[in-house]
Amino acid sequence: MALAGLNACTLQPTEKIIPYVEAPEDIIPGKPLFFATALTLGGFATGVLVESHMGRPTKIEGNPDHPASLGATDVFAQASILELYDPDRSQVVTHLGRISTSENFLNAMNTELEAQRLNDGAGIRILTETVTSPTLENQISSFLAEFPLAKWHQYEPVCRDNSQKGAQLAFGEFVDTHYDFTKADVILSLDADFLYQTPGNLRYTRQFTGRRKVEHGHADMNRLYAVESTPSLAGAIADHRLALRPTQISVLAQAVAKELDVPRQFGLNLESYDPQSLISTAPNVGPWIRALASDLKKHRGSSLVIAGESQPAEVHLLVHAMNSLLGNVGATVHYIDSVAANPVIQNDSITELTSDMEAGSVDLLLVVGGNPLFNTPADLNFAEKMAKVKTRVHLSLYDDETSELCHWHIPQAHSLETWSDARAFDGTLSLMQPLIAPLYGGKSAHEFLALFIGEPGKTSHDILKDYWQTQRPGADFEVFWQTSLHDGVVAGTAFTPRRVNFKIANKTLRIEDGSSRIAKNGKPSSTENLEIIFAPDPTIGDGRFANNGWLQELPKPLTKLTWDNAALMSPATAEALHLKNEEVVELQSGGRSVEAPVWIVPGHADNCVTVHFGYGRTRGGKLGTDTGFNAFALRTTESPWFARGLKLEKTGREYQLASTQMHQSMEGRNLVRSATLEEFVEQPELFHEMGHEPDDAMSLYPPWEYNGYSWGMAVDLNSCIGCNACTVACQSENNISVVGKDQVAKGREMHWIRVDRYYEGDLDNPETHHQPVMCMHCENAPCEVVCPVAATTHSDEGLNEMVYNRCVGTRYCSNNCPYKVRRFNFFLYADYETSSLKMRRNPDVTVRTRGIMEKCTYCVQRINTARIDAKKADRKISDGDIVTACQQVCPADAIVFGDINDPESRVSKLKADHRNYSILAELGTRPRTSYLAKIKNPNPEIKKA
Amino acid sequence: MAEEKDKTKTESPFIEPGHTYGSITDKISSMILTRKTPLGWFIGFGIAFSLMMVLLFSITYLFMKGTGIWGLNIPVGWGFAIINFVWWIGIGHAGTLISAILLLFRQEWRTSINRFAEAMTLFAVAAAGIFPLIHMGRPWLFYWLMPYPNTMNLWPQFRSPLVWDVFAVSTYALVSLLFWYTGLVPDFGSLRDRAKNKFAQKAYGILSMGWRGSAIHWHRYETAYLLLAGLATPLVISVHTIVSFDFAMAIIPGWHATIFPPYFVAGAVYAGFAMVLTLIIPLRKVYGLQDFITIRHLRNMAKVMLATGLIVAYGYMMEAFTAWYSGSEYEQFMILNRMRGPYAPVFWALIICNVVVPQFLWFERFQSKVGALFAIAIVVNIGMWLERFIIVVTSLHRDFLPSSWGMYAGTFWDWSIYFGSIGLFFTLMFIFLRIMPAISIFEMRTLVKGSKKKIEN
Repeated sequence: MALAGLNACTLQPTEKIIPYVEAPEDIIPGKPLFFATALTLGGFATGVLVESHMGRPTKIEGNPDHPASLGATDVFAQASILELYDPDRSQVVTHLGRISTSENFLNAMNTELEAQRLNDGAGIRILTETVTSPTLENQISSFLAEFPLAKWHQYEPVCRDNSQKGAQLAFGEFVDTHYDFTKADVILSLDADFLYQTPGNLRYTRQFTGRRKVEHGHADMNRLYAVESTPSLAGAIADHRLALRPTQISVLAQAVAKELDVPRQFGLNLESYDPQSLISTAPNVGPWIRALASDLKKHRGSSLVIAGESQPAEVHLLVHAMNSLLGNVGATVHYIDSVAANPVIQNDSITELTSDMEAGSVDLLLVVGGNPLFNTPADLNFAEKMAKVKTRVHLSLYDDETSELCHWHIPQAHSLETWSDARAFDGTLSLMQPLIAPLYGGKSAHEFLALFIGEPGKTSHDILKDYWQTQRPGADFEVFWQTSLHDGVVAGTAFTPRRVNFKIANKTLRIEDGSSRIAKNGKPSSTENLEIIFAPDPTIGDGRFANNGWLQELPKPLTKLTWDNAALMSPATAEALHLKNEEVVELQSGGRSVEAPVWIVPGHADNCVTVHFGYGRTRGGKLGTDTGFNAFALRTTESPWFARGLKLEKTGREYQLASTQMHQSMEGRNLVRSATLEEFVEQPELFHEMGHEPDDAMSLYPPWEYNGYSWGMAVDLNSCIGCNACTVACQSENNISVVGKDQVAKGREMHWIRVDRYYEGDLDNPETHHQPVMCMHCENAPCEVVCPVAATTHSDEGLNEMVYNRCVGTRYCSNNCPYKVRRFNFFLYADYETSSLKMRRNPDVTVRTRGIMEKCTYCVQRINTARIDAKKADRKISDGDIVTACQQVCPADAIVFGDINDPESRVSKLKADHRNYSILAELGTRPRTSYLAKIKNPNPEIKKA
Repeated sequence: MAEEKDKTKTESPFIEPGHTYGSITDKISSMILTRKTPLGWFIGFGIAFSLMMVLLFSITYLFMKGTGIWGLNIPVGWGFAIINFVWWIGIGHAGTLISAILLLFRQEWRTSINRFAEAMTLFAVAAAGIFPLIHMGRPWLFYWLMPYPNTMNLWPQFRSPLVWDVFAVSTYALVSLLFWYTGLVPDFGSLRDRAKNKFAQKAYGILSMGWRGSAIHWHRYETAYLLLAGLATPLVISVHTIVSFDFAMAIIPGWHATIFPPYFVAGAVYAGFAMVLTLIIPLRKVYGLQDFITIRHLRNMAKVMLATGLIVAYGYMMEAFTAWYSGSEYEQFMILNRMRGPYAPVFWALIICNVVVPQFLWFERFQSKVGALFAIAIVVNIGMWLERFIIVVTSLHRDFLPSSWGMYAGTFWDWSIYFGSIGLFFTLMFIFLRIMPAISIFEMRTLVKGSKKKIEN
């Protein structure tokens, strides 16, 4: 009972949980412990290590041992620590909206079950999201064994129906695909954002960017072709990017397949193939496709074609065929058994449930997690149908839209509060352990289901352990249990790649390209011939993170919008429709309509509009309610990802959107320096020549001297994908306040590290650059000299330190900072009131009050922790001991921190690279944070349009 | 008006003929002691006082909430507070210039306006002084900017221009106060002797510090006054030079320029003379002081304004030239952004106000037409405020990294504090007019001899 001594102060699980490093005799105050567990999104697990201070989890870090993490996390995992402490989470069992008790609920359910037992549970339906938890599946199976006529449905808005259907078309069975980018030299992405919103994305990012860390003479760089409608992070980093409407992408996929000889080899008849619809808007696409195809063919076994989830099943089939012909299967593409416990086509599943409910054959509906009332397709009229169910029960984190219409609402325990298990994208199993006892008395899905299988009161821990004891019988179970918890992964549980055989039943492929209804003349002629694209919001997901201030305020990677979604469209489309930013339009599709503000996105495909769903919550908590508009209102079961026949109508109104970046062009300044691989190999000094530091001798003052350490950072712009994980990690590590939409709109967001996004070139299909910018810790810091009270000073290790207590708030330092990385507390932004949020804070970092300046410290608290450890061991801090929060979280390994006095450190070596440069170096600030220039690897056969 | 116009045909005197020592003393002291307070005074004071209450209310709200109630943001960390500070400090300059520099240069004509101008300086500095305090994030810690022994053993950071500012402005305020008060002592003596009611006698008695008008008193007075004038003279230059360092020492394009010190000093004198004209034209009308503040005074001030205005225009030109000549893309962008960016209307309004309109002052007609002069002075006042807006805001809002560019606009509270500070200034001004001689009595008496001579001639 390592944590028993703390029970008086904080809520702790009563069972033993295993710390990651070494089981301590007792907690040492001030010394955090790390526990391995996992967090799931869309059912798939990402392994994490959770930092715990005196029994309070405060920070999520990736688990380097977990295949889906490799030490990194995405923004959602980072922000889930805030979700844990969210004061708006539901805290009490309610019946008909009134406070009730678990006992009452149990009694009520027992009565229901007794009644259902007579007809074998024919009136019972369980609705879950995607389940990868073997324990949960086992529980549901036990339940279904007891009530054989009951049904289990699964639904979540970001499901994998198309890829599953595609696998079924190709192989006649559900198989999952995962990729190995380390071996992929040439990659074609068909609307697949494999760097951000695919299970395994963190691993793919690490692998993909690992092939782009170019040093002089080292030309083993991969090449990415991205075809997409809505600009994505994969498109932004691509060497060749083509913006097409979603319906055109399938045409392009067929064209590429033809070039690769897929139809002949597989005996496929591409019935609907109509190249004209492609050529009409992209006249130069022919040579592009041929160059691409020959590049793919040249890299047999080291190429990779990926289709995005939004692409129709037929495109997935073609992609499987292409990868097979290119010899990629077993090299860059691996097939495994379906990771989901009980794979179903979720769209069909929810449709079936809805029709059962409509037919009145559902007496008891158990909604285990999820928010179907909000996020099911609009044509299902889920609310209306659900009202016909006699007893409706909802287990969820929040008392949300679905809870409102349910008889019973049971607060759910957060993933960090409960025992569970889950599988990663490759099948790797993780046991999840709680970091803290449920703050608000929530029940886990396991405990909830236990009520229905005659095990009321059994704890998640016992359920999990009992299940695994049946799976791993034997004397060494305790070893298995302890090791698995300790490591955060169960060793050797990744599914083995398997062979698949093509069993294509229907050889005639018919993919609706919509050309019949879309005007073929290229530019939109009216407001009616548009396509609408649905996508989960990049920061609040499908709406489940709507009440998460960090994610709401996190700028969307490409639009830089916060707190809202918008109708995204290309500059040309906006011009043709005479629309400008923030103008409110009515989007009409399939007889339904919503109003949305316009936001113009360079690089967006023409003639289509992207809407992100997840916003427009009506019961989403204090922060989540009434932000944005509800795009689910337009989404249908027929066309979950894109639809034709969108009509736009002006309303004449405007709606203010809060973007953190008002200006999108670099104005010809050498901020993000880029070149092609060819240019770089030819002339390695070219980045240096674009502008560099003045000679030391130009200064009247002697340079600073560093006898010990001298900290510095290097950021590889060729690796950075712009995912913003660093921004949230920094916010979590450094107790950075959320300021709200009105303050962001005024330009007062507090993020210490931001990712600048610039467009270069033609706005119809521009080069997109990302540049993380944090305090540069200048050697000649302009901020230091102007502070009248010496609140910002230079340390003897080169840090530019900010002394909060001394700051009087003249803001002179910020004015004089050329990088504008300083952030000012214009109001009292920090929440001094909400007790649950106080528990979340990192005790090593001061909470800043009103009227003072703050900024990146290079995570000085981590430097000092490493220093203390080193001193105790009587050694120097070695390279890698200090990992800043932004560096730790980065899936691309783009940020490297260390001692630049040590020529052997990683950062020193990067700074010696030819790609290394400093921004605004010509001012003589001598920044300690430098950048590695961006390299593109275009196909010489494709001329830049 | 017509009558006045005729007089300008020959060079008009600094004091209208026919005045004796007695008549001067009577006329000026009557403004305070005997004449009924005009209704206009009450109306004016009422408005000014209300505005001052707006200031107090706004500052209270500011202290409760924080500087976020203003339009400030990152990148524009300074806004109205700094603009107003520089504007007010600039206005103050004319007073010191008139009283000290013109005294040392033996410009007799300063006599009729110096007292008033000095008071204006003092009140302008008072209004200015509020802003550096309230613009801080934590104003209750303002004293950390001053060097004082403390247990933390911490001193201000002497490389920061803001610390220089603290010294420059506080010295300036102190010397201006002493100079003004010293000049008042003989007049307080006169008022004490002429006061009819007990309270006024006591009050002026205390203020006059035992002035008896003996030769020794006069001797000491003259020495002290001259010494203070000598002290104040370099301050005219130094204060605004140091205020300009707040900008010039920074590396922001549009701030980082060596022309700033002279350009700011000229701008300050320019603004100051405009303000003196703005105030004195109505004043001489209301109190019937056309005899003492003659058209010649106004013309002289107009000439100073024209001269300093041209220096300022040169400053604008050199800013543009230096930006081009520097070859720095940031500097070049800055100047183009001023001319063509989102704040271009403000910039061109500034050019019209400060460069175009004052050119009318080349013409005698405009110099001596009181109404026109008043209008031009108001325009220059506005122009100088706009100039500070352009310097502070347009330099910051688009600096080095385009990703951080932003926009700035004053909020209700920015304006309420600005107008409130004008309220404070006028409240002090009205109180001054009511209880102190707005024109130096004893110095005016020295002009009598000269005026007689002119008649004889």
